[in-house]
Amino acid sequence: MYNFEFEKPSTIADAVAALGAEDAQALGGGQTLIPTLKQRLAAPSALVSLSGIAEMKGVCVDDDGSVSIGGATTHATVEAEAADSYPAMAALAGQIGDPAVRNRGTIGGSVANNDPAACYPAGVLGSGATIITNSRQIGADDFFEGLFTTALEEGEIITSIRFPVPQAASYQKFLQPASRFALVGVYLARFADGVRVAVTGASEDGVFRWSEAEEALNKEFRPDALMDLRINPANMIGDLHGSKDYRAHLVGVMTKRAVEACM
Amino acid sequence: MPKDSGIGASSKRREDVRFLTGAGNYTDDINAAGQAYVYFLRSDIAHGRINSVDTSAAEGMPGVVKVFTGKDFEGVGGMPCGWEVTDKHGAPMQEPPHPILAQGKVRHVGDPIAAVVADSLEQARDAAEAIDLDIEELPAVMDMKAAAQDGATLVHDDLKNNICYDWQLGEADDAKVNEVFANAAHVTTLDLVNNRLVANPMEPRVAVAEYNRGTEEYTLYTTSQNPHVIRLLMCAFVLGLPEHKVRVVAPDVGGGFGTKIFHYAEEAFCTFAAKACNRPVKWSASRSEAFMSDAHGRDHVSKIELALDADNNFVGLRTNTYANLGAYLSTFSSSVPTWLHGTLMAGNYTTPVIQVNVKAMFTNTVPVDAYRGAGRPEATYQIERVVDKAARELGVDPIALRRQNFVTQFPYDTPVALTYDTGDYNGTMDKLETAADLAGFAARRAESEASGKLRGLGINCYIEACGIAPSNIVGMLGARAGLYDAATVRVNATGSISVMVGAHSHGQGHETAFPQVVADMIGIDESMVEIVHGDTSKIPFGMGTYGSRSLAVCGSAMVKATEKVIEKAKKIAAHLLEASEADIELKDGQFSVAGTDKSVAWGDVTLTAYVPHNYPLEVEPGLEETAFYDPANFTFPAGAYACEVEVDPETGQVSIEKFTAADDFGNIVNPMIVDGQVHGGIGQGIGQALLENCAYDENGQLLSASFMDYAMPRADDVPFYGVDHSSQTPCTHNPLGVKGCGEAGAIGSPPAVVNAVLDALNSGGKAVDHIDMPVSPSRVWAAMNS
Repeated sequence: MYNFEFEKPSTIADAVAALGAEDAQALGGGQTLIPTLKQRLAAPSALVSLSGIAEMKGVCVDDDGSVSIGGATTHATVEAEAADSYPAMAALAGQIGDPAVRNRGTIGGSVANNDPAACYPAGVLGSGATIITNSRQIGADDFFEGLFTTALEEGEIITSIRFPVPQAASYQKFLQPASRFALVGVYLARFADGVRVAVTGASEDGVFRWSEAEEALNKEFRPDALMDLRINPANMIGDLHGSKDYRAHLVGVMTKRAVEACM
Repeated sequence: MPKDSGIGASSKRREDVRFLTGAGNYTDDINAAGQAYVYFLRSDIAHGRINSVDTSAAEGMPGVVKVFTGKDFEGVGGMPCGWEVTDKHGAPMQEPPHPILAQGKVRHVGDPIAAVVADSLEQARDAAEAIDLDIEELPAVMDMKAAAQDGATLVHDDLKNNICYDWQLGEADDAKVNEVFANAAHVTTLDLVNNRLVANPMEPRVAVAEYNRGTEEYTLYTTSQNPHVIRLLMCAFVLGLPEHKVRVVAPDVGGGFGTKIFHYAEEAFCTFAAKACNRPVKWSASRSEAFMSDAHGRDHVSKIELALDADNNFVGLRTNTYANLGAYLSTFSSSVPTWLHGTLMAGNYTTPVIQVNVKAMFTNTVPVDAYRGAGRPEATYQIERVVDKAARELGVDPIALRRQNFVTQFPYDTPVALTYDTGDYNGTMDKLETAADLAGFAARRAESEASGKLRGLGINCYIEACGIAPSNIVGMLGARAGLYDAATVRVNATGSISVMVGAHSHGQGHETAFPQVVADMIGIDESMVEIVHGDTSKIPFGMGTYGSRSLAVCGSAMVKATEKVIEKAKKIAAHLLEASEADIELKDGQFSVAGTDKSVAWGDVTLTAYVPHNYPLEVEPGLEETAFYDPANFTFPAGAYACEVEVDPETGQVSIEKFTAADDFGNIVNPMIVDGQVHGGIGQGIGQALLENCAYDENGQLLSASFMDYAMPRADDVPFYGVDHSSQTPCTHNPLGVKGCGEAGAIGSPPAVVNAVLDALNSGGKAVDHIDMPVSPSRVWAAMNS
C-alpha cells in the first residue's frame, strides 16, 4: 500500500475534523478498504479510524421500541446484542463473511460502502431504517444511490442506524460460492402498515426494493401471492456465478422463502 | 488387530506437531542478512508486442538496487520443457522459447516484463510503477478450436501455427476405427469440458537466493516439490551454472498439488540477480500473483465416443481432445495430455479398439501443467461420464454395465501402451457396494423426496498409473529426465538412523510413513529413524514427489538401501557372535544365531561398526548405504466411488450427502495417512466438480483472479467421507507391494459427483444428459429449465 497518515480520534467531532483534510478517508473495520489499499487501488492521504469512538458502538433499544446500532458496531456484536431486540437483523449479521470478518467489519462501514452484494444494505432498506450521520438523518429509501454510491457527503460519518422493528422479518441469502457474499439476498420485513422487500446481490444498480412483491404481499401475505411475479432479468447482474435469468429467478425463490419464514 | 507400529500402523504424523504449532520453517521464514526484495512488473494484457520498456525513471527511485528487463537475459537460456512429444506424423512438438522476462511480446496476463530489486518490497513496487511501457495490444488467442484454424493469430510468431503437437495413441488405422463404430449396435457420444483449475496451495511460491563471492557458490531456497530437478534444469538449461556450486533447498513446503513441481522463471531470476546485485534476493508471491503465474491445471475440451455391441460389450472408444497448454511450455506440460492421459483411456475395461487424438494448443493464458492427477482425471472423467451416459441410454444398471466390461485377467495389455500388473475391479466394486450401503439408497432417496429434494447416486471407477517409470521406456517416449529415485540410509553409532530421501514431503506425511518402513525392517522403534529431504547438499539425488510416486519409487530405494545395511550388519553380528553369516537372523532389533539363544542387539552392532575394535577385517567400518531404484513398470491403483447428492429443484443447489471411496492401493504402510490422502483428493475433486472455475474473458483477462471469484471447497462444502481400503492386490514389481494413493481421490471423484447430479435430475423427470463442471447452481438450474 501507499503511505498514509493514521488517526484514531475518540470523539465524533474529532473524527469529522480529521476527515476535513484533503483525501482523508474514514476507516471502519477495514474489511474492504484494507485489501483495496494493499492492492494500491486507493491512495488516501490519511485514514481516520472510527473504531476508537465509544459513542458509535453498541446496540440499544429506544423508547419507541426501535433498535439503534452504532455505526462502529461490529457484525459479531450485532449478532449477539440484537438477538433479542431484532432477531432477523442479528441473524443477517451472523451470515456475513466468516468469524474474522464479523469481528472486525462494522455496520457503518458496510452501509457506507454499499457493495451491491453486501447483506446490510438489504437489511437497512428492507427495514426502512434511518441512517443517522454527524450532520443529519437520511431515510433508507433516499440513502442507497447505486453501486458503491450513497447519499453521504464527503467526510460525512454514519454514527448510528435506527431500525423500526417489524412484526416479522427474514433475511434469505443465497451464497455466491467463492466470496460468500449474496448471489441474491432478500430481506423481507412485515410491519403493521405494510411489507417491505429489499434485494441485494442481484441488480446492476445495487440494492433495491421489489415493489411488485410488496404490493402483492400487502394484498395477501402468503407465498403463493408471488407465484405470477417475474422480475425483469435485463437489469440483473450476469457473471461467472449466475446468469441474469438465474438471478431473476432466485429473487423470486428467496422472497418466497422469506415469506414462509415469516408465517 | 491393528498394529501399533511399523508397516500397517496408523502412527500419528510426527511432522504435524511443528506444522500445527507454528514451528514449521517455510521458505518465506528464511531471510538472508542484507537481502533485497524483488517485485515483478507483470503484463496486465493477454497479448501484446513490446515496443519499449523504459526503466530510467525507476532506476533513480529510492532504494532501487537494479532494474532488469528481458534484454538482461538475452544471452541466458529460457525455461526448459522436460518432455518432447512426437506428433502423429513423427515430427517433434513445436517448442517456443520461454524467456525469464518477456522478450518481444507479452503472452498472458501475468507474464513478467521487468523486475525491480530494491531495499524493500514497497520501494521495488514504487519503482515498478515508474517503468514506462509501450506495448501494442494484439488480439488474444483464447478459444482452442479457433486457435487451431489456419490464419489464426499466432501466440508465437516463429511457429507455423498454434498447435504444439497433433498426437495420437492406440489404433492408427482410421478405417478400422470407423468400421468398429459403423458395426456397433449402439454408440454413445459426449462433448465435455474438463475445467481449468488453479492449484492454490496454502503457501504461495517464494524464492530466496544467495551468492557467495568468496566461494562462488549459490544457494536457492524455494517452494519446490523436487529441489534436485530444479537444480539440474536451472544449472544445465537456464543459467549455465556448475551444479556442484549450486545448492537448492526446499524446506517445509505448504502444499504443492503439482504446481510446485515445475522450474519457474522467478527461481532462476532470483539466482541470477543474487550474483548480479551481489546481495541476497527474495521474492514472495502474493495470492494475486499466484493466480496469474502458478501453472494452472486441466483445461481440456473433448469429444468421446463409445461403441457397444448388441450385448453391451464395449467394442470401441475414440476421443478427440483439445488440450490447453497456455502461452508457454511449462516443465512437464507436454506429457500431461499425452502419456499421462491417452495411456489411461482403457480405464478399467477391456475395450479392444481405442484411438486417442490430442491437439495441444498455445493460447494467451497462464501455462497449464500437472495438477493432482495430471491427465488421469481428464481420462477418467471422459470414460466414466460416457459409460454412465451409455447406461442411461441403454436403460441398464450402470454398475452392471461396468462389471460386464471389467478387465479380470492380469497382467493385461491395454490397446494404449500400458500393462496393468494386477487388480481386482469386481472385488473393489463389491467393497464399494457394501461400504456405500447401496442397498439403502432407495430409502434415502424417498426421504430426500419427502423433503422436496431430488436425490441422485453417481458411481464410477478409475484406474491410474503412478510412479511413472521405467526410465528407459519414458526416455523413448520423450522424457528428458530419468524417473528413478534414491535413498541413503545412514546408521549412527548408537543405532539411530537418518534416511536421506529424494522424495519431498509437502503434506504427504513422509516423515512419519518412511521411518515406519525402516523401523519395521530392523525391528526398532520408529522414533529412532528420521528422514532428511529437500536439500541437494544433504541427499544423494532425487526426482522429487509427484505422480503418487514417493513410496513406490523412493520408498523402494529406501528398502533396497536398508537391505544393504542389514546385510552388512549381519556380517558384523556374525563376527561378534562367532557364527556363520548365513545363520544370522534379525528380529525385533536383535541379531541371533538361528537355533540358539545367542544374540546381539542392533545398537551393539552399530556401535561396533563405528568403533571397530573387535571387527571383521574384510568389512569396511561404518554403516551407511545408498540405493537408486528404477521401477520396472508403473503401479496401477484402482477404485470405485459412490456419491449421493441432493439437488434443490428450486435453486439448482447441489449438496453432497454421502461419499464413499473403495480403493485398491495394494499394501498400505500407514492407513490413517492413506485415508487422509484420499479425503484431501476427494475434496479437491468435489471442488473441481462443483465449485472451481478458472475463467478468462475473450480478451484474456482472468475473471477468477482472487478468492472472491475462485471458489475453493470449504469444510461445509464436503461431507464426512467413507473410505474402504481393504481391497488389496499388492503391486507385483516393487518390494513393498505399494501402489501410491496421493492422487486417487482427485481422479475418481469428479465423475461420481456429476453422475450423481444427473441421476438426481433424471429421477425428477428432467432429461438432462450432461452439465459441464463446475456444476454450479446456475448451470443446474439452466439445464433443468432448458
